[in-house]
Amino acid sequence: MAAPLLSLTGLTKAYPGVVANDDVSFAIGEGEIHALLGENGAGKSTLVKMIYGLVKPDAGEMQLGGAPYAPSEPSAARRAGVAMVFQHFSLFDALSVAENVALGMEAPPRTRDLARRIREVSEAYGLPLDPFRVVGTLSAGERQRVEIVRCLLQEPRLLIMDEPTSVLTPQEVSILFDTLRQLRAEGRSILYISHKLEEIRALCDTATILRLGKKVATCTPAEVSARELAEMMVGASFAAPVARPRARGEVLLEVAGLSLPAPGAFGTPLRDISLTLRRGEVLGIGGVAGNGQDELLAALSGERLAPAGSVRLSGQDVSRKGPLARRDAGLLSGPEERLGHAAAPDMSLTENAVLTAARREGLLSRGFVNWGRARDFAQTVIDRFDVRTPGTGTAARALSGGNLQKFVIGREILQRPEVLVVNQPTWGVDAAAAAAIRQALLDLAEAGAGIIVISQDLDELMEISDRFAALNEGRLTSARPVADLSVEKIGLMMGGAHDMEAPHAHA
Amino acid sequence: MESINPVLLIASVMLSATPLLLAAIGEMVVERAGVLNLGVEGMMITGAVVGFAVAVSTGSAATGFAAAALAAAALSLTFGVLTQIFLSNQVATGLGLTLVGLGLSALIGKPYEGMKSPVLPRLDLGPLSDLPVVGRMLFTHDAVVYLSLLLVAAVWAFLRYTRAGLVLRAVGENHEAAHALGYKVVRIRLLAIFFGGACAGLGGAYLSLVRVPQWTEGMTAGAGWIALAIVVFASWRPWRVLVGAYLFGGVTVLQLNLQAAGAQVPVALLSASPYLVTIAVLVLISARGAHAAPASLGRPFHATQ
Repeated sequence: MAAPLLSLTGLTKAYPGVVANDDVSFAIGEGEIHALLGENGAGKSTLVKMIYGLVKPDAGEMQLGGAPYAPSEPSAARRAGVAMVFQHFSLFDALSVAENVALGMEAPPRTRDLARRIREVSEAYGLPLDPFRVVGTLSAGERQRVEIVRCLLQEPRLLIMDEPTSVLTPQEVSILFDTLRQLRAEGRSILYISHKLEEIRALCDTATILRLGKKVATCTPAEVSARELAEMMVGASFAAPVARPRARGEVLLEVAGLSLPAPGAFGTPLRDISLTLRRGEVLGIGGVAGNGQDELLAALSGERLAPAGSVRLSGQDVSRKGPLARRDAGLLSGPEERLGHAAAPDMSLTENAVLTAARREGLLSRGFVNWGRARDFAQTVIDRFDVRTPGTGTAARALSGGNLQKFVIGREILQRPEVLVVNQPTWGVDAAAAAAIRQALLDLAEAGAGIIVISQDLDELMEISDRFAALNEGRLTSARPVADLSVEKIGLMMGGAHDMEAPHAHA
Repeated sequence: MESINPVLLIASVMLSATPLLLAAIGEMVVERAGVLNLGVEGMMITGAVVGFAVAVSTGSAATGFAAAALAAAALSLTFGVLTQIFLSNQVATGLGLTLVGLGLSALIGKPYEGMKSPVLPRLDLGPLSDLPVVGRMLFTHDAVVYLSLLLVAAVWAFLRYTRAGLVLRAVGENHEAAHALGYKVVRIRLLAIFFGGACAGLGGAYLSLVRVPQWTEGMTAGAGWIALAIVVFASWRPWRVLVGAYLFGGVTVLQLNLQAAGAQVPVALLSASPYLVTIAVLVLISARGAHAAPASLGRPFHATQ
């Protein structure tokens, strides 16, 4: 690492009531993959937006290649050789790949030339793409390719990647890493933002850690453990979830031959899904986003009714029953989308507690809501799950992602479910809160419930599940004990290699 | 039935469809940018009264059209400022705009009731106009009729082939992503709203200066709402907007002719037929699933830092 490509000195940005970045200084070398680490709200995205020209710093300066650098807008940053791949893809579903690429370029060539260059670049970096496909029809991995190719066409000196691997299979991750290493070998620099500590240790040359807007440390990630990195981010040590041996009991939930058509144009049909869940067991379900996760949760929770006989809870057929009846019977669920599905954004925490817990917790009397008891229940959730909020009257929208997630998961756990189905329980949640949520799920299993965790975070599934199955295009592989699995096998299961499975194992 | 002359029928279809076409193509551009402006009716009638008043005062219909476009565009900018900068609700603000337009036009138009407007000259298309049958049918109209058709072609080419058109579609499709790429969402939307207002104003002026041609209170009589419906039925595509406007205009003229010819069909049914036909076609097209509204349509955009 010779002269730095980009150096930041004393960058500060304050918003009313919060200092997002406080005197942050570090440097990114030529041909270096530099990790930027930090919890939610640590100021990573504000910092990146300053580098990309979306936000102007209040104080401090930047230098790019030795010259002062103060982009007033993203196009200025792009002209200076800074490109960015966004966390939530900045793509337009109804437009074609070529149109999407053209929108991200300063002076796009004619469509025909652009299509040819897209093909060239995408093949040179092992990321094949058809320029005329409509983006809405692409998989998450392919959409990311569109973003990366869009950046590469501008010959960037610095490529910023915000949480690039959260939607990829292990195989896709390794392709991406090969591409990034190839870019590094060409002398380009990469600023890599991620929550996944093991990835950072495998890929990055240097890491800068932010906490509460301040730089905490710059280190070489390969020389420290993932746990040390996590503790630097959080600023305190926290307990990793501990699984205690649990007794497996009788079968609680049995799904047999569950098939459902796709709910909409962009949905996934469920195809002949079978699984069993025993008392005290955690079943992990992995798979790349959009392979039927939401649809499976909806079929289990009762949001969509299933064909008669396909879903049995403790021997009772609940397939044709709606969510209320299933909740009464002890089958509870926590969907992925916190705002709008698991919680009503503009309602208070008390009201949100009533929405799912009213019947099981006896918050109703003669059809009227007993607000006193509802507040007590919401307060219990807040206390037990360490939800940081001014009080039970706060709107769900006002909570940070991690805190709201602790609230919605805690709300279900405190209702003593027999079976709990959760989708992405720790998505976008910081390490400490994620550990707390996983511990709570393990404790619930220990207390005798059966739990299904649908997640795209494989580390999480390996940490807490007893058995693992993968969803691919709406099909579920048979579940295998986690102890027998390697990353390669999991990748094959997620990729839909059903052939490696023995004929359906007897439960 | 013999009293219906097909040549005159087609010619009057073009006359009756032009105001709708102008208003609808403008609104389509607004909606492709992701803004739902329900104030088309109010902008049209403002254009109708201002166009009429200015044409009468100056004696020039062309000046009237220009003034109508400017006045309606200015009115649309109040909608733009309220919804794009002060983030007011688009549906409520659009309805308010209609009410304001209706009230304002009644006030401005009072002195002009019963007056006669200067005539917009027919465009001399030389030998084309002299063609038998076709010449009288298609090539004996005023410049605005052809302008409206050119406008459809221009909007189509703009959206399909130009970078600015691509950016406009991108803003309507996903305003957050467009903002992240550095496009000025609010500015682009204000420009689209301005264009939509000007088109609605032209459409209104065509009603009061050519189609009727005089000023009466409330003379747009729901044409703005029809234009809005046509945009949806056209799946936000320019050529389908043209088809929709001519279909509605055509059925309107046809039923008037049938009424005049004393057809043995209840008058109520005939009067309702343009709406029924338009609704039926709308339902048929929606049922085929070929209707993709711009994904950000009607959603407020606020740039978060």
